Amino acid sequence: MNTLMIDGKYIEVPEGTTILEAARRAGIYIPTLCDDPRLEPYGACRLCLVQVKGMPRPVTSCTTPATDGMEVQTSNEQIERIRKTIVELLLSDHPNDCMVCEKAGDCTLQELAYFYNLRENRFWGERRQYTRKDANPFIERDMEKCVLCGKCVRVCEEVQGVAAIDIAYRGFQAKVCPPFERDLDCEFCGQCVSVCPTGALIGKQSLGKGRQKDIKRVDTVCPYCGCGCNITLHVSRNEVIRVTSEPDTLNEGWLCVKGRFGFRFVNSPDRLKTPLIRRNGRFEEATWTEALGYIASNLKRIKKQYGADAIAGLSSARCTNEENYLFQKFMRAVIGTNNVDHCARY
Amino acid sequence: MGREVEIKICMGTGGLAAGGRAVMNAFAEGLKAEGIDAKVSENCSIHQVGCRGFCARDVLVDVIIDGKRTTYQYIKPEMVEQIIKNHIIGGEVVQDWTVKEDYQAFHDKQVKVVLADCGEVDPEDIDSYISRRGYEALQKVFREMTPEKVINTIEASGLRGRGGAGFPTGVKWDFARRNPGDVKYIICNADEGDPGAFMDRSVIEGNPHSVIEGMIIGAYAIGAHHGYVYIRAEYPLAVERLKIALEQARQRGFLGRDILGSGFDFDIKIKLGAGAFVCGEETALIASIEGKRGMPRPKPPFPAQKGLWGKPTVINNVETLANVPAIIRNGALWFAKFGTEKSKGTKVFALTGKVNNTGLIEVPMGISLREIIYDIGGGIEGGRKLKAVQTGGPSGGCIPAEYIDISVDYESLARMGSIVGSGGMVVMDETDCMVNIAKYFLEFTQAESCGKCVPCRIGTKRLLEILSRITDGRGRPGDIDLLVTLSEDVKAGSLCGLGQTAPNPVLSTIKYFRDEYEAHIHEKRCPAGVCKNLLTYTIIEEFCKGCTMCARVCPAGAIVGEKKQPHHIVQEICIKCGACFETCKFKAIKKG
Repeated sequence: MNTLMIDGKYIEVPEGTTILEAARRAGIYIPTLCDDPRLEPYGACRLCLVQVKGMPRPVTSCTTPATDGMEVQTSNEQIERIRKTIVELLLSDHPNDCMVCEKAGDCTLQELAYFYNLRENRFWGERRQYTRKDANPFIERDMEKCVLCGKCVRVCEEVQGVAAIDIAYRGFQAKVCPPFERDLDCEFCGQCVSVCPTGALIGKQSLGKGRQKDIKRVDTVCPYCGCGCNITLHVSRNEVIRVTSEPDTLNEGWLCVKGRFGFRFVNSPDRLKTPLIRRNGRFEEATWTEALGYIASNLKRIKKQYGADAIAGLSSARCTNEENYLFQKFMRAVIGTNNVDHCARY
Repeated sequence: MGREVEIKICMGTGGLAAGGRAVMNAFAEGLKAEGIDAKVSENCSIHQVGCRGFCARDVLVDVIIDGKRTTYQYIKPEMVEQIIKNHIIGGEVVQDWTVKEDYQAFHDKQVKVVLADCGEVDPEDIDSYISRRGYEALQKVFREMTPEKVINTIEASGLRGRGGAGFPTGVKWDFARRNPGDVKYIICNADEGDPGAFMDRSVIEGNPHSVIEGMIIGAYAIGAHHGYVYIRAEYPLAVERLKIALEQARQRGFLGRDILGSGFDFDIKIKLGAGAFVCGEETALIASIEGKRGMPRPKPPFPAQKGLWGKPTVINNVETLANVPAIIRNGALWFAKFGTEKSKGTKVFALTGKVNNTGLIEVPMGISLREIIYDIGGGIEGGRKLKAVQTGGPSGGCIPAEYIDISVDYESLARMGSIVGSGGMVVMDETDCMVNIAKYFLEFTQAESCGKCVPCRIGTKRLLEILSRITDGRGRPGDIDLLVTLSEDVKAGSLCGLGQTAPNPVLSTIKYFRDEYEAHIHEKRCPAGVCKNLLTYTIIEEFCKGCTMCARVCPAGAIVGEKKQPHHIVQEICIKCGACFETCKFKAIKKG
């Protein structure tokens, strides 16, 4: 364990902890755009600069390991000046269309501008201008809003193992894009959307459906597979408009394309809301008691008439392991047959 | 007894560009036609040699007869015949074509350690290097020195990194040696990227084995078995000669397994850089070798702890490594004899700009700028007034003429707001606009920024835009202060050396030439007469003879007037190209 002092406060942290992590544990706020504790440190936004006693220049707290006896100052005149300059520089190359931006209210850049009370900007000049052209149904990329924090690139490579995007070009022209600036053609897991601190990456299905202040958040479990990822439904006007996941869940906030973007069925008029029983060649709505009774009596009837092996059971990958276990147990012990299988085998 | 005739022809990039290959062929054919071996000599040889520094005088040819050397300058193939007939056969030097006193003066104040053999050895012939004590240091190391002793020697010599930052080489090696791990790397940084700098290129082109020998010694010292030379693909001749040299070194057993029976294994690979300036930064260079995008990462961890493929790695500049064999051969004390208390040895500079003698020079640290400019450089072109010296390329700063007597060493230049850097030295006179100079360097750095960190990516862009509007005549009050604050923040906030030093040209020119910035902003005037938008050309009526020359050269048709009558420039049409100014024989055109 190392003991360091941050802003006059002693903090004990394990070896390998960064200054930023140590400060967070102590409840000390350090602004940052490019840090995500789940990703490799990057050190690009330079907002998390802190002064370490004995070091000639400010260092990024997200990349500098906390060492024993270290004395850290998270704020001073020079550091605040640099942070403000950085935010101003970012805003000088940003559409600044918060009034109509999907991300308003949930945007780190907007928060920083508010925090530094940037009503005016000392800097102005050329702004990057790009044509939006992605044809995919899931991810809207507005690269003019990109701050090059590199989180999307890192999550794609480090977490998803896909590496569909990287930074191309140099200097002011640097841009995150797929190879040769082709259209995005990936798994569309949307991990990049989930880590983007600005409105550069947005889920297309949510466009125009409501921003942060308009929504009710409902924590639930993803129904798609046995993993049981924790998800948060964003509900606006009784409609699910977005799915997110928090970093402090068992799935660390990571989701796949189905969990993140496959939510439209919830609002579909074709969606089944009750069991259906086919009577006289037509499906009719039924209650669960009715439906389960119908299944039980028919299973009994078939077993008596034709024997247990006339019955087969097919289970689903959308069930948990426990549910699948119970299902095979039911087939073998209650029905009395080994005719049991699972959709994942096909 | 026949005479011993040796001809050395400069075939560096400069020499080749000036036609060195054709001169060499002319000698070979001329000598053959004369049947020279039979007539005058038992041993006549022609060698290509690397750059000897005075590129402005290329093609330079040494004719050495029985040890007596005559140097010819500006040689073209058609001049060769006369040199052969008069000098080599007739024994009569062609005086008109030989170098004069100024050539000697160019060399007098130089001290050559790194460049000692450039221009002497044939870079494509290992025996030529060996005959000049080449690989002697390596043998000495294996024979009598432990790795620790090698490191102690380099530390005692005071050698510091010649790539720009000036970190003590011995200390760097010691870090890497102490860091545990059975796999370590040594990398030679030959990604020389400063505009106008060609020190490293010339060393590799002129004497590649000195770098290889230095690398092997470094590898032995830190315990590395694999080395890389990261070299720009834009240096095709250097790459070619390096490849030849590596192959020859392998054949002679200086590289490979069990080098010279020492039990030490080491080999070197060449990795071509794709021309990104930022890849000269060590962490970006490592990323590039690993096949990633060449972007720097924050330090710590330092490469000596976690470098290439996560292993302890030493990265040394070409010139640093080329110093090593000489230090080992002659001892640390010999090397420490040159230079100042903290900056030992010599430094190679690419002397360019408005001096009479441009070229590659090697001087002892501690020499004054005055000696470099007036003794070696032969003074300012056209006898004009020195205004400033820019050192360290885009990472450096401008030193004004009044400080011309300062000593050239790491500390003194840093105190002036500049750096030694990799060795660019641009001399500027009164016709250079300092705002424009700052703009020039910012154009370079902002285009070469990798784009990773915000201060460098957007900060240098905004700096350039402010400088551009000042030179365009759109500067606003407060722009100077804005430049200073933004520069300071970019310096303090940027991730790597590129951004941390990119504002130096701005800060140093504002520090010493603030009045020029003010003239641009407040008076819309460029005192040096460089910034086009701030220039007006007018015709002084009483001097104008009405010769019509100006009207004829004007590409915009902006000059009107009758023959033999004073002419007039229509300002609305004038594009300020200066063609009239240069053409007028009567000095009737005023620029200002």
